[in-house]
Amino acid sequence: MDTAQDTGTRRTVKLLIVDDSNIVRRRIERSQQFDDLEVVGTAANGIEALELARRTDPDLVTMDLTMPQMDGIECITQLVRLKPEVRILVISALADKATAVEAMERGANGFLNKPFTDRQLNEAIAELMY
Amino acid sequence: MLREEELKTFVDGTTRYFEVAAQQPASIGSPYLLEGEPAMHDYTGMINVSGKREGVVYFTAPRAMLTVLLMKMQESDFSHESMRDLVGEVANTISGNARRDFGHDFVISVPSVFAGEKPQINRPTGARAFVIPIHWRSHSAKLVVSLT
Repeated sequence: MDTAQDTGTRRTVKLLIVDDSNIVRRRIERSQQFDDLEVVGTAANGIEALELARRTDPDLVTMDLTMPQMDGIECITQLVRLKPEVRILVISALADKATAVEAMERGANGFLNKPFTDRQLNEAIAELMY
Repeated sequence: MLREEELKTFVDGTTRYFEVAAQQPASIGSPYLLEGEPAMHDYTGMINVSGKREGVVYFTAPRAMLTVLLMKMQESDFSHESMRDLVGEVANTISGNARRDFGHDFVISVPSVFAGEKPQINRPTGARAFVIPIHWRSHSAKLVVSLT
C-alpha cells in the first residue's frame, strides 16, 4: 500500500465487514481507528459478501466463519478466486488452531478471536494493511 | 458424557466474554446439575453441537441485563432485534471458544434464538445438563451445557 512517506498522499483502504451479527458489524465499524479506512459495505453471510465484494472492490475484508447460507471458510475460498489481492482478517469465536490453519490455507491473512478488544482489532488491521 | 472438569472451559469462556466484551468480569456461581426444565429468562441463544460431542449450549438472560451489556458495548440500539442478536452472539462466542479445548471436531451451529416463547431444546438422551450461574452487576443469567 502507498504511504504518506512515499507518495505524499494516502490511498483510502476500502473495508468490507462480514458477520451475521449486526452488533459485531457495528462494533468493528465503530472501533476501527484509521482515518484512511472507509467501510464500503457490510454483509451478514458469505453470499452477500461475495456480491458486495464484486460491487465495492474492497482492499480488506473482516470475515466471520460461522454464518448461515454460506460460511466464512467457503466465502474465503471464493473471495480469493474473485479478488486474489484482497486481504482477509478472520474474526471468529472458533478458537482451535486447526480452524485458523484452515482459514489461512484457504487464503486468509490474519486471525482474531472473539471476544476482542478495540486495541486487538486495530493491531490486527494494522498488521495486515500498514 | 460431559465431565465436571470439562465445565471449566465454559466457566472460563463466560468469564472471558464479560471481561473483554463488557470490560467487567462476571461472577460465576457453582455449577449444578439441572433437574427438569430450567427457568428461562427473557432471551435465550442456543447452539447445537455435533461431531465428536453432541448436545446443546445455551445462554439465557433477562432483558435488563442485556440492555446494560449493550450499553457497555457502546451500542445505542436496544431493540428486540438487538437483544436477540446479543444472546445469539454470546452463545456463539462461548461455544466457539470451547473448541480451544474440545478441538476442531466440536462442531457448532449458527445460533437459534428464543424470546418470549418456550424454547425447543433437544438435549441428548441420557446426557446430564449443567447450569452455570452468571452474576453480572445486579443481574443474573445462566449458561446451560448438555453434551454427550
